Amino acid sequence: MSDLKNIRDQFISKLKNDLSIEQINEIKTELFGKNGLISSKFKIIGSIPENDRKKFASDLNQVKDELQILLTSKLKKIERDKINEKLEKEKVDITLPERPFVRGKVHPVSQTIDEISSIFSEIGFSVEEGPDVENEYNNFTALNTPDNHPARDMHDTFYLDENKKVLLRTHTSPVQIRTMLKDKPPFKIIAPGRTYRSDSDQTHAPMFHQVEGLHIDKNINMGHLKGCLNYFIKEFFEVEKIKMRFRPSHFPFTEPSAEVDIGYEIKNDKIIIGEGNQWLEILGCGMVHPNVLRNVKVDPSKYQGYAFGIGIDRLAMLKYGINDLRAFFDCDYRWLNHFGFDPLDVPSNYRGLSR
Amino acid sequence: MKITYDWLKDHLKINAKEDKLLEKLTDIGLEVESIENLSEGLDLFKIAKIVKTEKHPNADRLKVCDVDVGNKKIIRVVCGAVNAREGLYTVYAPPGAIIPKNKTKLVVAKIRDVTSYGMLCSEFELNLSDESDGIIELSSSKYAKSIGKSYFSKSRSNIIDLSITPNRPDCLGVRGIARDLSAAGFGNLKPEKDKKIKSNKKQNLKVKITKEKDQGCLSFGSCLITKVKNTESPQWLKDKLISIGQKPISAIVDVTNYVMIDINRPLHAYDADKIEKGIIVRNSKSGEEFTALDNKNYKLDDGMCVISDNKGVLGLGGIIGGTRSGTELDTKNVLLESAYFDPRSIRKTAKKLNIDTDAKFRFERGIDQLSIEDGLNKAAYLIKEICGGEISKIDIQKNGSYKKKVIKFDPKTFEKITGFKISIKEMIIILDKLGFKLKKEKEFFKLSIPSWRPDIIQEIDVVEELVRISGYEKIKIENPIKERSKNTLNPTQKLFHFLQRAVASKGYKEAITWSFTDAKYNDHFKENNKEIKIVNPISSELGVLRNSIFSNLVMYLSKNLDRGIKDLSIFEIGPIFYGSQPGDQNTVICGLSAGKKSRLSWIEKERNVDVFDIKRDVIQTLVEAGYDAEKFYLDDVSPNYYHPGKSGRIFLNKEKDKVAVYFGEIHPNILKTLDIKSESLVGFEIFLDNLKLPKKPLKDLKTKYSVSEFQKSERDFAFIVDKKISVQDLVSIISNIEKNLISNVKVFDVYEGDNIPENQKSIAINVTIQSLEKTLTDNDLEKINNLIIETVENKTGAKIRS
Repeated sequence: MSDLKNIRDQFISKLKNDLSIEQINEIKTELFGKNGLISSKFKIIGSIPENDRKKFASDLNQVKDELQILLTSKLKKIERDKINEKLEKEKVDITLPERPFVRGKVHPVSQTIDEISSIFSEIGFSVEEGPDVENEYNNFTALNTPDNHPARDMHDTFYLDENKKVLLRTHTSPVQIRTMLKDKPPFKIIAPGRTYRSDSDQTHAPMFHQVEGLHIDKNINMGHLKGCLNYFIKEFFEVEKIKMRFRPSHFPFTEPSAEVDIGYEIKNDKIIIGEGNQWLEILGCGMVHPNVLRNVKVDPSKYQGYAFGIGIDRLAMLKYGINDLRAFFDCDYRWLNHFGFDPLDVPSNYRGLSR
Repeated sequence: MKITYDWLKDHLKINAKEDKLLEKLTDIGLEVESIENLSEGLDLFKIAKIVKTEKHPNADRLKVCDVDVGNKKIIRVVCGAVNAREGLYTVYAPPGAIIPKNKTKLVVAKIRDVTSYGMLCSEFELNLSDESDGIIELSSSKYAKSIGKSYFSKSRSNIIDLSITPNRPDCLGVRGIARDLSAAGFGNLKPEKDKKIKSNKKQNLKVKITKEKDQGCLSFGSCLITKVKNTESPQWLKDKLISIGQKPISAIVDVTNYVMIDINRPLHAYDADKIEKGIIVRNSKSGEEFTALDNKNYKLDDGMCVISDNKGVLGLGGIIGGTRSGTELDTKNVLLESAYFDPRSIRKTAKKLNIDTDAKFRFERGIDQLSIEDGLNKAAYLIKEICGGEISKIDIQKNGSYKKKVIKFDPKTFEKITGFKISIKEMIIILDKLGFKLKKEKEFFKLSIPSWRPDIIQEIDVVEELVRISGYEKIKIENPIKERSKNTLNPTQKLFHFLQRAVASKGYKEAITWSFTDAKYNDHFKENNKEIKIVNPISSELGVLRNSIFSNLVMYLSKNLDRGIKDLSIFEIGPIFYGSQPGDQNTVICGLSAGKKSRLSWIEKERNVDVFDIKRDVIQTLVEAGYDAEKFYLDDVSPNYYHPGKSGRIFLNKEKDKVAVYFGEIHPNILKTLDIKSESLVGFEIFLDNLKLPKKPLKDLKTKYSVSEFQKSERDFAFIVDKKISVQDLVSIISNIEKNLISNVKVFDVYEGDNIPENQKSIAINVTIQSLEKTLTDNDLEKINNLIIETVENKTGAKIRS
């Protein structure tokens, strides 16, 4: 037994030294090789007297395990140290720039259209579209603006033919006509899109965006119109309270008609929507004129409802603090980058419209 | 429409403050556009007397005047007016005063070395008249005791500028506005107190309206005032016109203008002595000419409504008079015209001749047909009062008569449309005050529409009146119900939005550019499409509808390059046009990428963007949108604005589809012609209308999920093939050999040059072989291996490289 203990003590103290892998392997052979000190002890188990044999074997196994564990951990430590040493040499300056990436952006007008669609989606509107080139009938006549009506002067129209029969739509309202001609009531649609007027200065662009709204059913009245727009404006500007004013106005295709102002104030050069006592006109609306309904074969004694038209670019300017309308269409890369939105920023009801 | 509160008070009994008025106007739909304070600073203009004049030492035409400005102060003013003389009473403006005409602020100034403290004013400078020759001359008897006092007697009220909507011609007169206000409970409308003309004298100038087709004049009233002495208007009349920013001219003209603004009744005054044998109202004949009061000569077409005499055209009825018969200061006999012209006829003529006058503006919106006599009464008496003379009887010629409009109104309609209630009593009060004559018939009203309201035709117009006057703030908010019965977007719209964001996510910035473009740019990208011209473009650079989005994108890209931005990717999603009829348009996503990848990177090698960058962006976008890349088919056919060797098109499906995409390098010649300085420029066009929507929605395709749990093997092959064989064909041949076993085919090298025969190339391909059913044996693999080589060699003439 003392022999076994000696071996153990001797090797444990040996293994306390700094050893190379080779030296450890040597020790391993010395102990557990074919004729190693421990291996040879196993061979003599049979020759141990019966009474002592059990204890001898047990002691032997204990020493064997102890030394083996020690050897393995010693080996592992050396390997680990080696790797660590290697990694130390591989160290890079991680403050060096990452591999290059480019960010794409979605135009603020597109983002705003998605926001608008998301809001109206909640209250049951679906999206309709119409062509940019319109005939004079859909753009004016069907909308109760016959030829020689002075209201036509309010729209500076781009024409595609000398007879003024084909034009670039001056508003999104012809989509009302197309939608109602195509289907049967009830109608509950919005129609965002490009619109055109031959007007160009700091606050007017020859092309801009509008969203048309139309809700026709059996009992839709001006209260619903007010409620719908109140809801929309509150949701869009993401404010708790909104000051809104309906003002009588005139559009040939609605009767009664209204213009809608929202309250605002300027604080630190920033426009704040919903507060203050200044008024800002943001949209026109009204009850769809019975003549318009007759023009699209909807019986105005059975059906009635409202329509509205909102300038999308203007909404985007107000919400996102953009001062210059012309810049929307100037395609300045720096501007697009600054005012554009991340493609993953899809406006939605549960995540909110904006971050 | 410009008014003042004071003028309104001629018609309205009211004491409220002006800000209440402004609020009320806007509340009833007469939107206040702006307020102009004309009297501000006007008290600075003083009555003064020139006590001494001397010639300016350094200028022949200037005088140095000593001016008594009151309070025993004598001030030195340099003046250039010929009529500046000792003893003259005139108007003096001190330094600090703002000249009404040009809005400049006076300062103490040295004029040719003589210091001048202020200025002596002409009527022109004070906006009083067009008289700019010389300074104002005030009568010494009247002003001798007023030196130093303000010239403008009382402070004038603000000019209120209203934006009157085209349906409200009645509110182009002050009385109409007053009537609306009174209906809304803002003051009481004063009764009209104009006298009716009582005369025994006949109007002996014959007036005739010819009976012909499209006669634009329905009624022509006139009255002759003889032996007048035309003169300057009295102060009250001048003040009235000046108060709304108009210039007094002469009593006769001022009276007609005053009546027009007061009750929206346009009149015209002729010098009766210049009319040859009576008036004929008729349609013009092509080629007729006349000189109008704007001093322009107009050549007329057939069928324009003219007022004429024996000698020819005197004026365009309801639009503009002519110089030949105009009144002047020496006019002795005046013929006053008060007529009614058809709005459509007025509008047609004015548009054709491009004339815009106050009268035209009013007639095309519709004048009160029954105001002919009122206008003549009012104006004739005023002229008589100011200019003396004798008034004749009124003569009215008619071509058809006015028909009173009556409509049946169901009071229940009001609540049906507005969602709130007002009492019958309230309705009656409002309608009565607006001038409706009302008769109750059971539950209905029978309403006679006032003659000044051409806009009221049907029930809904009455509802509008009632809700407008009772106040829009009474409309109750009905909160919307959060309920949806139909999808918000249809599949095409969903695809649009998905692709828009998919392309943006590849590093492209979305631009929005005009739908029109410069023909010069468009030419490069229109291919065989016809040019679609805009008849009245903003400028020639925006003269055509775009046949391709490239024209705008390339132009704006170039501008960004000029800004020093070298590496950029932009795209636009929007319409392109192939015809000028509604619907002749396609929706396209067009992208451009310029410059280098990894410019100035410490870690990656910089290189030009190339056609395979853009191909990746396009393919990835389509795959993300749900299209199966394995079915895509490419060839090298592309429009002529692409590099012929580095461009192509993509079909979603070989057999049947339309072109889904063009992509490639932009033709170097275009870069050269348009002077675009970029190292490289690649672009693509995705045609949304050509992307067939998947037959099944993506959600239904999710159910098909199968993966193989068996071992897969990879084999590499290198084939030497003819250069003409496309990689696409080779891959397709291999993929189709054993669809169940060949799960992936990858090209990992293409080589031409040394060791490869001319006109041939080496393509190295890695094939993944895996079965869904079992682990493949060496034997199986060997078989498929041989089959691949054999098939490729047979079908393409390729040789396997050993």
